[in-house]
Amino acid sequence: MLEDKDRIFTNIYGLNDPFLKGAHSRGDWNKTKNIIAIGSDKIIEQVKESGLRGRGGAGFSTGMKWSFMPKPDSKRPHYLVINADEGEPGTCKDREIMRSEPHKLIEGALIASVAIGAHAAYCYVRGEFFRETEILQRAVDEARNAGLIGKNACNSGYRFEFHIHRGMGAYICGEESALIESLEGKKGQPRLKPPFPASVGLWGCPTTVNNVESIAVVPTILRRGANWFSNIGRANNTGIKLFNISGHVNTPCTVEEAMGIPLRELIEKHAGGVIGGWNNLLAIIPGGASVPVLTRVLSEKALMDFDSLNELQSGLGTAGVMVMDKSTDILKAITRLSLFYKHESCGQCTPCREGTGWMWRMMERICQGNAKLEEIDRLGEVTKQIEGHTICALGDAAAWPIQGLIRHFRPEMEKRIRNFKSTQFRTA
Amino acid sequence: MVNMIIDGKEVSVDPGMTVLQACEQIGIEIPRFCYHERLSVAGNCRMCLVQMEKSPKPIASCAMPVGEGMTIHTNTPEVEAMRKSVMEFLLLNHPLDCPICDQGGECDLQDQSIAYGIDHSRYQERKRSVTDKHMGPLISTTMTRCIHCTRCVRFATEIAGVPDLGLLGRGENAEITTYLEKALNSELSGNVIDLCPVGALTSKPYAFIARPWELKSIETIDVMDAIGSNIRVDVRGAEVLRVLPILNEDINEEWISDKTRFACDALSYQRLDRPYIRKNGRLKEATWNEAFNTIAATLKKVNGPDIAALAGDLADCESMIALKMLIQNLGSENIDCRQDCARLDPTVRSSYLFNSALAGIDQTDAILLIGCNPRWEAAVLNARIRKRYLESGIPIGVIGEKSDLNYEIMHLGDDVNVLHDILAKKGRFSKILRSASRPMIIIGQGALARGDGHAILGLTRKITELYKIVDNNRGWNGFNMLHTAASRVGGLDLGFVPGPNCRDTEAILDGASQGSIKLVYLLGADEINMERLGNAFVIYQGHHGDTGANRADVILPGAAYTEKNATYVNTEGRVQRAYQAVFPPGEAKEDWRIIRALSEIIGKKLEFDSLAQVRAALVEANPNFLNVGTMSPAAWNKFGIDGEITDMTLSSHIKNFYMTDPISRASITMANCSKAFANNHFEKITNNG
Repeated sequence: MLEDKDRIFTNIYGLNDPFLKGAHSRGDWNKTKNIIAIGSDKIIEQVKESGLRGRGGAGFSTGMKWSFMPKPDSKRPHYLVINADEGEPGTCKDREIMRSEPHKLIEGALIASVAIGAHAAYCYVRGEFFRETEILQRAVDEARNAGLIGKNACNSGYRFEFHIHRGMGAYICGEESALIESLEGKKGQPRLKPPFPASVGLWGCPTTVNNVESIAVVPTILRRGANWFSNIGRANNTGIKLFNISGHVNTPCTVEEAMGIPLRELIEKHAGGVIGGWNNLLAIIPGGASVPVLTRVLSEKALMDFDSLNELQSGLGTAGVMVMDKSTDILKAITRLSLFYKHESCGQCTPCREGTGWMWRMMERICQGNAKLEEIDRLGEVTKQIEGHTICALGDAAAWPIQGLIRHFRPEMEKRIRNFKSTQFRTA
Repeated sequence: MVNMIIDGKEVSVDPGMTVLQACEQIGIEIPRFCYHERLSVAGNCRMCLVQMEKSPKPIASCAMPVGEGMTIHTNTPEVEAMRKSVMEFLLLNHPLDCPICDQGGECDLQDQSIAYGIDHSRYQERKRSVTDKHMGPLISTTMTRCIHCTRCVRFATEIAGVPDLGLLGRGENAEITTYLEKALNSELSGNVIDLCPVGALTSKPYAFIARPWELKSIETIDVMDAIGSNIRVDVRGAEVLRVLPILNEDINEEWISDKTRFACDALSYQRLDRPYIRKNGRLKEATWNEAFNTIAATLKKVNGPDIAALAGDLADCESMIALKMLIQNLGSENIDCRQDCARLDPTVRSSYLFNSALAGIDQTDAILLIGCNPRWEAAVLNARIRKRYLESGIPIGVIGEKSDLNYEIMHLGDDVNVLHDILAKKGRFSKILRSASRPMIIIGQGALARGDGHAILGLTRKITELYKIVDNNRGWNGFNMLHTAASRVGGLDLGFVPGPNCRDTEAILDGASQGSIKLVYLLGADEINMERLGNAFVIYQGHHGDTGANRADVILPGAAYTEKNATYVNTEGRVQRAYQAVFPPGEAKEDWRIIRALSEIIGKKLEFDSLAQVRAALVEANPNFLNVGTMSPAAWNKFGIDGEITDMTLSSHIKNFYMTDPISRASITMANCSKAFANNHFEKITNNG
């Protein structure tokens, strides 16, 4: 369990002042100039050493991502884009950072920009986060007035500007290339890769897109050292992470914990345990809506990090833990997720556009039982036909929950179908 | 070169190619819907997925650039399965109404479902239906069939430069739409019909007319403008049903204008299908012999120098050379092919050609448009200028009326003084022309078809020489004459122009109205003021009942461009052949044959009996007629005069793109377009990027 002295987000519950005065008292903006002074290569090296993996879901090494940026030249500016379009169901970590620790984000953006040679950061905030945007904007204004960002950020001579852009409510705009399109004023549709944003990103310039949490932990890593961070958690899954626990638990919460904490421990220590006790647990979706569900048996074994959950054919995702006890209709729950993906598909590429609707409709019928047994296999095949064949990962995200359902709850699906048949009076 | 392995074969391809292109290079065809060579890559249909070693996921071959050492598999069971699954997805919400779909038989979706479709549907839910969109008088929509490949959207925004098409909504509810139910306002809009891989966008005038397997196709050329677009004419029986573009990189790439595509319905209307003779003020049907005898009787009463002939915009070279020889035999050289009185100089070939070739636009780095509106005068050429503009953002100056050309222009004014300024090295465009390495002037007929056209031509030549727009050392000639009449360059090349001290169009019309010209032979000339023909005896040879036929004393029914084997020379000076697709209607005949037959009856027999012999006469008149399909550079020489310019305003001479010649004026489709587009042309928003 994470000790208090190792916490990064000491004001994550917003109990203290989120603004500059409070931030100073928590150590933010402390000698940022010195961090800037160590230079791009050293910063990237430190972040690589810390083992920080992107907190947006895919878990790609943040330092590595930064090192893909080309060397700055005079022709094309570099950009840092911060993905604050937090739309993954069950996830609310970036929101807490923005409303309680906005200065960590701004300071992190400055340091990350130094690392990748950018002089401007664009923070794409989910449109529904209205208050959060206000707080963030106020924090940015404070930082600018205090000379922490601007023409001479922290007196380091480095020019840095932080812009906030509000989204319009599309889930797909959380995908990095769709986010860039949206930021450019176009319709949020993912781009083809390659080229990757590091070579052709925002307005055709080299761009790094990072999650809010990935950026916000950077200043503390650099202050306390890469070793400190990498010593927490397990190998290859180091550091500290914000977990959101929701659903059938006694005290749903957002909590900062070490990576690799056992799932059961996380729930029982911080969320007051499953309602009705652990044995009342039906299933857990451990990483936001996009990852396959875990049964109670698997949840027992699960450690909350990328590799452990991958081994269990699920994923850490955004670490939005959704707990479902035995009162849940798991079929209905996954059907609702299917509807979500059908609704949020951008409609650009064929498998996702056509497939998400098909899956949802089949799920609806299976959920009622109004289906044939072989349709479960058909549904599984359709998820395989979508997975990996789309431009962005939304197709995968739509397929995985259903794959998890079929993998773990097939008897439940079959039972539903058999029951429906026996209750139907057949007319000629 | 990049070395890679495709299906076990080692290939080396140009870097910058995509995997799909590399596959095509070695003859492996990758199925695709959204990919199109001339449009940006969308990568959204996912039909072209292939496997790449060391990649966990399949790749979209249309979008993936080739890389050294890549190993690609296109024929594995996995790839086959991916194609089948994409095909299944595409067909989920497709209505499968092939029996009532106009695309049937030439549908990409239909063709590829033969290869990758499954014989039953696993989709048991309700299919999506989509409301049809209004896209104007040319494009018929059945949007339920749409597979969202976005080719039409990309064509409209990239090639045509109009922002009228887009994809609205998302997911299953995504729809291609014109946003405000507005007609697609582009002269190239018909090309989206060809681009649409399914039957969502089909031709409105051609709706439910024919199936592709009933049609006979003839590859020929178009005469609705002077570009000479290469076209395929589809006919059934005696009727031309539609016109489609064919590929010619040097001329029209693979686009054609809406006039080229849709005016073909007029080939069945307003036709002159038998000879007519005016008796007591009324045109009466007649036989060929009666018509010829009437002409012969009249000719006996007329002296040679009182005879004149004008060739119209659609006249072919064979008929023009035949008519020229006939009129010469009658003792007159009052002939002119410039019915619009354009002050073109027939003695210097480079003065009336698009010297840089249309493909030269792809290399130019500055364009000055003088008195022309390429969007209306040559829509395909305008798309090429736009392509160049998008590629390199070249400066494009316009002297003439301010109009929306679908790319950013520097409007320098509509005043001839701007030309004087440029000649005096003044003004912003002067600087641009000086610094450009391959500058180009495109001068339209609007600048020449006026009394002081000679002087404007001379002025333009001086500018051309001053700024080294013609540079023999580098082999660059950027002096470009943009014609609008398909017959013009041919007529000038073969010398259908007044002999020494003989009358040109202006003088012929003056003479006719004063009574000194007694007989005028109009070879499809309809764009003159018929009242100025006075009391002259008018022979009209042509194919459509337009102003000329209305005025005529004798009508000789000729053949339209789809009905004869004929030679045309386009604005570049490129000799091209038109081929006969159908027979002329009724008693109408090929034009040179009419003139040949007439010559015998009036006792001035022309010395040829076959098309080959006429063409030999063409070659004799100008050896350039030997070079079919190619263009030969023309030597630079002095032309134009240092005259006074009286009218200071420059403008294009086309006021309505959809009605410029006897064929398009007779077309119902073009009339509908005129109604829908021509009046609100200047009110739209452009998309310059």
